[in-house]
Amino acid sequence: MKGENYISIEFPSKSCNEAFARGAIACFAAQLDPTLDELGDIKTAVSEAVTNCIVHAYPHEIGPIRLKARILEDHVLDITIKDRGCGIKDLAQARKPMFTTGGEERSGMGITIMESFMTEFRISSTPGKGTTIHMKRKIVRRGGSK
Amino acid sequence: MKLTSYVQERQLTLVLTGEIDHHCAREMMQGISEKIDIYMPLRCILDFSEVRFMDSSGIAVVLHTLRHMKTLDGKLILQNIPAQAYKVLKAAGIEKITDMKEECRQ
Repeated sequence: MKGENYISIEFPSKSCNEAFARGAIACFAAQLDPTLDELGDIKTAVSEAVTNCIVHAYPHEIGPIRLKARILEDHVLDITIKDRGCGIKDLAQARKPMFTTGGEERSGMGITIMESFMTEFRISSTPGKGTTIHMKRKIVRRGGSK
Repeated sequence: MKLTSYVQERQLTLVLTGEIDHHCAREMMQGISEKIDIYMPLRCILDFSEVRFMDSSGIAVVLHTLRHMKTLDGKLILQNIPAQAYKVLKAAGIEKITDMKEECRQ
């Protein structure tokens, strides 16, 4: 499917970039005229994905995070977040609600929230190579929105 | 991240301000713990009225505060939760283990 518009941003896995990443996706998504509720869901999902890169993909170093987003023809926001960190050995375990290796500062709800707040969610990971999260969110067309 | 607190008859109210994410969660947990250690409240109220955004780091902040209050046999109450933060807390079933009240809508 041909994308109508896109962004591609790379930034280091510093925790101060969590706010930057969700701010950037909110600005990009604004052209779809989302409701506050939809925008909140998208910002939350991106914040979770970027936090996972910072906490889990690069636990002892700073590494690159690539955020890509496209607007598809059917009013869908398509988001990819990719790292080149340590990867996830057991994806099934990582997807379990409340499971975390991040200590008491983490709730283990990141992936569950991404899955439930977005229309589609996919995760692929190779230990030693990195993790890619692919999410889609359909934005409801409202009156006057083309 | 800013934390405003006031105390009345062993009830500690903490007003959380700004965006709650991994970047500020540790500092927020430490700030809350310090206040609880000082005032030893029977009831601790976390007020979310000034929270503009919260991700799952906020769940960890609530669970951390809940554990601390349980060591004092105290109660934790969450109030004035904006819709976005409420949705995140609800995803974790927080309403089943704390007293969530005065939910507000955007």
